[in-house]
Amino acid sequence: MALLSLENVSVAYENQLILKDFNLQVEKGELISLLGPSGCGKTTTLRLIAGFLEAKQGAFLFQDKDYTRVPVNKRNFGFVFQSYALFPHLSVFDNVAFGLRLRKVKEADIVKRVGQMLEVVNLSGFEKRFPKELSGGQRQRVAIARALVIEPDLLLFDEPLSNLDANLRVNMRVEIRRIQQELGITTVYVSHDQEECFSISDKVAIMNKGVIEQLGSPAAIFKYPKTEFVARFIGFTNFLNGSERQERDGQVELKVAGHSFLIASQAGNEGRTGKKCAIRPDDLQVEAGHGSTGEPNRLNGIVKISTYLGRSYQYVVETALGNFTVNQEMDTPYQNGQQVSLVFPREKLVLVD
Amino acid sequence: MQEKNRGLAVFTFLVFLFLLGPLVIISLTSFEPSTVLRFPPKGFSLRWYENILDVEMFLETFKTSIFVSVIGNLLALALGIPAAYALSRYQFKGKGFFNAVFLSPVLIPGIVLGFAMLKYVIVIYDLPIYAGLLVGHTVVMLPFIIRVIASSLANFDFAIEEAAYSLGSGKLATFFKVVLPNIRSGIIAAILIAFLESFNNVDISVFMTGPGVSTLPIQMLTYVENNFDPTIAALSVVLMIITAVLMFLIERLLGLSYFTKR
Repeated sequence: MALLSLENVSVAYENQLILKDFNLQVEKGELISLLGPSGCGKTTTLRLIAGFLEAKQGAFLFQDKDYTRVPVNKRNFGFVFQSYALFPHLSVFDNVAFGLRLRKVKEADIVKRVGQMLEVVNLSGFEKRFPKELSGGQRQRVAIARALVIEPDLLLFDEPLSNLDANLRVNMRVEIRRIQQELGITTVYVSHDQEECFSISDKVAIMNKGVIEQLGSPAAIFKYPKTEFVARFIGFTNFLNGSERQERDGQVELKVAGHSFLIASQAGNEGRTGKKCAIRPDDLQVEAGHGSTGEPNRLNGIVKISTYLGRSYQYVVETALGNFTVNQEMDTPYQNGQQVSLVFPREKLVLVD
Repeated sequence: MQEKNRGLAVFTFLVFLFLLGPLVIISLTSFEPSTVLRFPPKGFSLRWYENILDVEMFLETFKTSIFVSVIGNLLALALGIPAAYALSRYQFKGKGFFNAVFLSPVLIPGIVLGFAMLKYVIVIYDLPIYAGLLVGHTVVMLPFIIRVIASSLANFDFAIEEAAYSLGSGKLATFFKVVLPNIRSGIIAAILIAFLESFNNVDISVFMTGPGVSTLPIQMLTYVENNFDPTIAALSVVLMIITAVLMFLIERLLGLSYFTKR
């Protein structure tokens, strides 16, 4: 049985249904990310788990107990806010000690535990500072220490890094992952940054319009997105819409307006019955000159736009099936208007729903 | 450029003269030794300052004014803080209506409000004069309390409150431990402004006072009707000093810029 389980939960906000019959299971000790564009319901889900929002329907089970109506302050969950939400009138020490004081912990133990926690987040010696005297990264580490020191049953992050600059973001996410693994604490993490989620999570749930489109390990999602939405969200820009589909010799053949595309069957691809497939710009290959028509997985076209990306060139190639984006490393780039042919490697094509 | 600046300086000086001139004249006439109010004074004397203490009603009404302003302030705070909190924190139906209702005492002419209060509180409910006066002043102070505290809550990140909940704090405890300390300066400002508003109030008081009960500004009006000596000038100077001290305190505690930012 999962540690945390949302069962057919619906949440409405100002008469608008944000989540409908929503389900999610989180296992003990894992870090799961909710990822999606703004308005997809990820923050709503997190606030529901925290108890800031109430479910209209459905149940929230935690450790097999019904938590649906348990108020926030009785849940013992740690919450880290996007705005850090430190208490401005309290020092770093008192901020971190806040939860312990409410739990009537002895003052001597408070000193010890706050000290240990500040060590974990590398902020020893900052006890007497006030929030406004700290940098953004330091504030966020105080917020994490404050949430962790109460030994929460669950740790919740709401876009904790989006107010930090790029370098700090990378450092902090490594830090968050380190602390999470060191303490083995079950964590739900919300972000709209794909790289951030994929780098620190055991599992990622990609959300769209209040629904989880795909839940899986970062690698599985990255390689085999299940739906067109997920594929687009994680960087697949090229899609082929087939009209006919055949399976033979362990591969799928898709007919797209008379052109034939072969897709290799792979473990992560199994059981997909759609007639649509996707490929990343990095996986598509471009060759000079037109190839023979009728050859599977090949499409003739001309270069429309060419841009320099630093490591490679990016081309937009116009074909009979529409425009395709392709990245390729090369010394001398193709010219606009040049005749080229695109090659779709069969093991790189991914069937999506 | 130089020329322009000089023009501006003269203009500024004239504005100040216009604003402060009467106060300067009043201050100077309060030192007049004779029994006639005149400017410029013919000599220097503090006898009218002594006279303030000799007129029994001044001390009496001063006490009433202080009492009504302080107790009314506490009542207005008790009503105004929760109201300001609700108006800033929550979205609810009729929020605009409540906003308007709470601010209406500033928008309605004082004389109209005073008359309405007289009709309502004294005539219909037959409240004792003292209680009626207190109710009137509470109503006068309420909009200022709500306004100032709401603007201080506008800068308050309510995620901080949620952080306290998530750490195990109940709603009431969070309000006292987290919200109040962070809007402290707003509350102090609200108290001082409301106090000044109430202490100097004439238009409501004039309807709500009655036999035996009066406030200082009303007593001063009555005195001027019957006497023409510089006692009132002296008393005005004392009140100006009290007001200046209060403003100085606000400035020191919060900075006057507190009231201009929105």
